[in-house]
Amino acid sequence: MALEDICSFNDTPVYHKWSSASAFEGTASSFHMTDYYSIGSRRPKTCETTCDVPLHFFIPALPNSAPFDRRHSSPFSPADHSVTVHRPFPLSHGTTTLGFAFQGGVIAAADTRASAGGLVACPAVHKVTPIHSHLVVTSSGSGADCMLWERILTREIRLYQLRHRQRLSIRGTAKLLSFMLHPFKGTDVCVALTLCGWDKEVGGTGCAKRSQDSSSLTGNSSSAAVSRQDVTAAVCSASPNSGPKVIYVCSDGARLQGDIISVGSGSPYAYGVLDRGLRWNLSKEEAISLAREAVFRATHRDAYSGNSVDLFHITAQGWKQRQREDLKEEYYRDMERKAKIVEERKRVTEVKAPK
Amino acid sequence: MEYLIGIQGPDFVLVAADNVAASSIIQMKHDYDKMFKLSEKILLLCVGEAGDTVQFAEYIQKNVQLYKMRNGYELSPAAAANFTRKNLADYLRSRTPYHVNLLLAGYDDTDGPGLFYMDYLSSLAKAPFAAHGYGRFILNLPSFTVRLIDKEGIHDLEKLTLGAK
Repeated sequence: MALEDICSFNDTPVYHKWSSASAFEGTASSFHMTDYYSIGSRRPKTCETTCDVPLHFFIPALPNSAPFDRRHSSPFSPADHSVTVHRPFPLSHGTTTLGFAFQGGVIAAADTRASAGGLVACPAVHKVTPIHSHLVVTSSGSGADCMLWERILTREIRLYQLRHRQRLSIRGTAKLLSFMLHPFKGTDVCVALTLCGWDKEVGGTGCAKRSQDSSSLTGNSSSAAVSRQDVTAAVCSASPNSGPKVIYVCSDGARLQGDIISVGSGSPYAYGVLDRGLRWNLSKEEAISLAREAVFRATHRDAYSGNSVDLFHITAQGWKQRQREDLKEEYYRDMERKAKIVEERKRVTEVKAPK
Repeated sequence: MEYLIGIQGPDFVLVAADNVAASSIIQMKHDYDKMFKLSEKILLLCVGEAGDTVQFAEYIQKNVQLYKMRNGYELSPAAAANFTRKNLADYLRSRTPYHVNLLLAGYDDTDGPGLFYMDYLSSLAKAPFAAHGYGRFILNLPSFTVRLIDKEGIHDLEKLTLGAK
């Protein structure tokens, strides 16, 4: 893979990197690698039997890792100082991303602004990326870190699928990602991904009849909505092994599964809109318009979110992407709506006034 | 802030934890479970830094389960607590200390109920009651004076003491 060349994975065999890494007293990566073995993850066993690079992906390019030093033949700087490349601008994690599950699947939405301090570095960024046909990931934090880790995750999921002839579940994917990010805890890696996807049923047990429980979650579902839900009762609600999943994974180590997750500087505003309007029994159109509204309101108030909104809808059949919408249009529509209300109110008071 | 509390009774231990998983100012989850079942009679409650809690608690959990598989019988609560503390201590002066505060509650068939308090500096204490979070300050105070103010004025009520009965 091209990425491997850039990160100089192919320069030396990994076990050689291993022993050279551990020879340097106090490299963070080698210490963390032993953690993994003692943690007893099942991964090393299968990797050892099926490939010759057991922890290949655990040593992505750290700024002062051994291969770089040897290649540039610069004096070795001990990794425990965690010297990192200094950024030319202050980093602020400006974004609004959200993901939620409902009866019709999962909606993942995000704005498209990449900010670098006070500058809009790019108004048309893809913050929602498909990993495989039933998993989409929304990213927040450092753009470069997120792109790298999305690629690493895609590769690892694909490798798992090839090795085990079945797709890793979304929860397993989240755990894998969380474990991969753990060695970088405390460094400047800043990645906050929300995995939004649909787990295929593995066993034949089918959907747990959780539609009762989930409608009790919502509290204010109207009877009309409930009857619609009964018609489509074959939908799997959030049962442990199949159905819609929204899981938040962060480079700090947090891993949270939930029904609504929103990340970024605009997330408080998005949460406000979502907490008000979200019910399990929403139709697909209602859910999409709710997600758009949440992102729109967040971009309206948050300076670091804006430009357009990307929306993905994930069902048992896979993900579908909606066309990117410029929120400028939505803003003008909103202004017109408000202007109409003001006009209406003026007319009413003028009618009353002559009395 | 995250809150854990445990109280040991004559033949039981009662533990409780809050359900909030927060990320700075946002409450991301309202139904987050902070209790980890180590075995049929041991429960580990874990709060602290975001990733450390789950990683550390799951590591302890899997190792306790492995002990049972290897040896055919379960670790006692005291042994599990000491094992946990040893792991915390081993990582304490490394580059990656685990910033977690723990309560371990268990019932031993010979020794009876036991509540163990552990904190991120790997201290271990067996205590009849313990708490982590803002609640621990309240538990340390031996008694409370209670006064009631209503439209008639200030009334002194009976003093509340811990474990008086």
